[in-house]
Amino acid sequence: MKSAVRMSGVVKRFPGVVANDGVEVDIRAGEVHALLGENGAGKSTLSNILTGLYRPDEGIVEINGEPVHFSSPRDALDAGVGMVHQHFRLVETFTVAENVVLGEPGSPFVIDQSRVAQQVAELSDRYGLAVDPSARIWQLSVGEQQRVEILKVLYRGAKVLILDEPTAVLTPNEADVLFTTLRGMVAEGRTVIFISHKLDEVMKVSDRVTVLRGGRTVGTVETARTDTRELASLMVGRSVDFARVTRTNPVDRSTEVLTLDGVSARDDRGREALHDVSLTVARGEILGIAGVAGNGQRELAEAISGMRSLTTGRIHVAGEQVQSGRARSAIAKGIAHIPEDRLHTGLASSHSVEDNLALKNYRSRDLSRFRLLRRKLIRSQADELVRNYDVKTPATTTPVRLLSGGNVQKVLLAREFSSLPKVLIAASPTRGLDVGAIETVRTRLVEAAEQGVSILLISEDLDEIMSLADRIVVMYEGRIVDDVDAGSADRQRLGLTMGGGTLSGAKS
Amino acid sequence: MRSPVRFERRLEQPKWLNWAIPVLSLVAALVLGAIVLLATGKNPIEVYDRIFERGFAGTRALSGSIKTATPLAFTGLCAAVAFRMGLINIGGEGQFYMGAVGATWAGLAFGNDLPTGVLVIVMSLSGMLWGGFYAAIVGVLRAKFNTNEIITSLMMNYIAAIFLNYLIYNSTSYWRDPKSRNFPAGKPIPKRADWNVYEIFGTRIPLSFLIAVMAAVGVWVLYKRTRFGFEVGVIADSPKAARYAGIRTSSTIIIVLALSGALAGLGGAADVGNFRGLLDSKGLQMSGYGYTGIVVAALARFNPISTIVVAVLIGGLTNAGFALQGPDFPSGLVGTLQGLILFTAVAGEVLVRYRIRRNRRTVAVAA
Repeated sequence: MKSAVRMSGVVKRFPGVVANDGVEVDIRAGEVHALLGENGAGKSTLSNILTGLYRPDEGIVEINGEPVHFSSPRDALDAGVGMVHQHFRLVETFTVAENVVLGEPGSPFVIDQSRVAQQVAELSDRYGLAVDPSARIWQLSVGEQQRVEILKVLYRGAKVLILDEPTAVLTPNEADVLFTTLRGMVAEGRTVIFISHKLDEVMKVSDRVTVLRGGRTVGTVETARTDTRELASLMVGRSVDFARVTRTNPVDRSTEVLTLDGVSARDDRGREALHDVSLTVARGEILGIAGVAGNGQRELAEAISGMRSLTTGRIHVAGEQVQSGRARSAIAKGIAHIPEDRLHTGLASSHSVEDNLALKNYRSRDLSRFRLLRRKLIRSQADELVRNYDVKTPATTTPVRLLSGGNVQKVLLAREFSSLPKVLIAASPTRGLDVGAIETVRTRLVEAAEQGVSILLISEDLDEIMSLADRIVVMYEGRIVDDVDAGSADRQRLGLTMGGGTLSGAKS
Repeated sequence: MRSPVRFERRLEQPKWLNWAIPVLSLVAALVLGAIVLLATGKNPIEVYDRIFERGFAGTRALSGSIKTATPLAFTGLCAAVAFRMGLINIGGEGQFYMGAVGATWAGLAFGNDLPTGVLVIVMSLSGMLWGGFYAAIVGVLRAKFNTNEIITSLMMNYIAAIFLNYLIYNSTSYWRDPKSRNFPAGKPIPKRADWNVYEIFGTRIPLSFLIAVMAAVGVWVLYKRTRFGFEVGVIADSPKAARYAGIRTSSTIIIVLALSGALAGLGGAADVGNFRGLLDSKGLQMSGYGYTGIVVAALARFNPISTIVVAVLIGGLTNAGFALQGPDFPSGLVGTLQGLILFTAVAGEVLVRYRIRRNRRTVAVAA
């Protein structure tokens, strides 16, 4: 069969990272081809190359057998490659029809509304993309907005459509409708590239799957000849295991420090992102939360640390209830939190190192009196912590945004660990750090656990979780779908449940 | 086509920039102004000399400048206080009116019964309460419904103006002088409610200017030394980090806007107590202190102490402008000179945050 898109030996480097390291993909005309991989596997970089946003450092891109060199998304569109972005690029106050023609080359200054509306209606009829051309974007549901994005690409005559995690924002029903549409488009001879990390969707919609890991192609398989288990193991891989950290004293499972009881919470868009989550963490235990990003981990961390209100359920620390949505209450109860977004959530990045080290205890009597800050004490606290945690900074008055990533994280660790917490939530604590800093973070985490701190380690990095955690739970779509002892955890099974696969029929 | 230069964000803002840039901006304004003056056949040196003389040289000029500066100092502080938290309060104008209404009421109600010293305090408090509550409405809307405070505070200026007109022109309110049947005017407050004007080394300094200086120091201490100031700083830097640290963002927004409005309201009280002696609806609306105050605060880079200095500078320029105007010197030219100073000052602000780099590729082509 003819290739619609062929990419060979594609390399794309960014400062400090190789995002694509010799990717090979061959996509046939008229198929739904899934690109499967974990976050950071290089899927997005690849699609950005294909749509002309990035230029590859090495390698060949061919469309219909012709080598191409795109220097802008417009070049890609001219060659018939269109992208449906995960984050919509629509003008909220414009109508559907207006959005569709927006940016269309050669569109007249005054748009013939009725003609465009008619064309849009024809397209939406043909592909079952039900949407009213005269409706305004802000009136539409997320699913409908996505249809507008697809219409935009079709209107420009794209033969190859790339959809970047299109189901991330959809309800399961909307997703099913989308799959039907995609099948309809390939039946007409168009080609669909479907980027996802959800195994069951890939199984449902694709003809073939190319799995990426660490910027490389792991392999391409016919969907009909594979199953979720094989895909999971391809996706997660069997990279070298970090040695499991040995603990000197075993965890005392009898004292439960952190308990969540039927906790639900909404995300920023108001959709329920945590569904009835119950879990307990014992004194000195490290509980790993595994899962692909966006499955409720952030909401979980924020709910426990009081940054997000609960819709139902209760959270207790050592028997005391934490007030829902009250960060102050959580801090007072001894919950420390190393958030994923260090520079803008964990730290006030334009503030100095010393201010940031005082960010949670400036209210305490040690650092302020009669509501006046005791600047000298804030500074001496900073001097001490900078020394103890080996933070490399020119001065304690330096804004933290000027520090390197590793030192930023050390400032955060210093503050959170020095508060002598009962519970510590660590979200992707080593992401983006160099090897030395990763070691420091891991050592500090294990030390804290040894001293009796209950730790919730949220990470997408399975290796990290498997080497540090005592117990692992898997989150998928806001639910806890698996709970295993880390010592006997099976990487394949974790990969499967992370991708939403069910355990039945895949038990090893 | 590439521009020969590009702006690059400064990672660090060296301390010396804080004084070097304003000074350079002023020099640039004088140079640009000189070109305009030469083009219109004036001698720039002579004109600048006159500006300096009328605005700042000598006790009389300085007295006038300080008088003009006083309301601007208050409205400037009003804008600075809000902006420190990233809130843009355009409503200083309306809050100033409301403060004047509140202070006039207090002056009229207690003016015959209380000693002057107490009256100053009562009128100030009343002005601050009126201005503060008026701004707190904006704060509540922002904190609870996330409405844009720029829009609401701006629109409330018009409401305040209509309210003033109602009190003086369209009703027989407590504030209107019953004797003013044909030419409506505010009722003058009793003599005893007049605030003091001190003479220091021959320069006349109104009590309210000293209050403005104290308020500026107070704001500085509040933001630099207190827990509240720390919280405001964190919210301005990153609202998420504030939420994370358990800082109560909503109530802080309301308090900051109320404080901002209270400062403008205090200015309104000063306007009545120290200068006009009555609620002057038309005079207030023509002065536009609230809007000029925003410019003052921006030029002062939202530092409360600098706000006072800039207010005096602008006050001097305004007075000198009035003095320059005449048959040989059109008022448009005065406006041009003042505009140039503001323009270069705002342009200079960019240089504090960005530095200019040459675009190398273009340089290579040129060479």
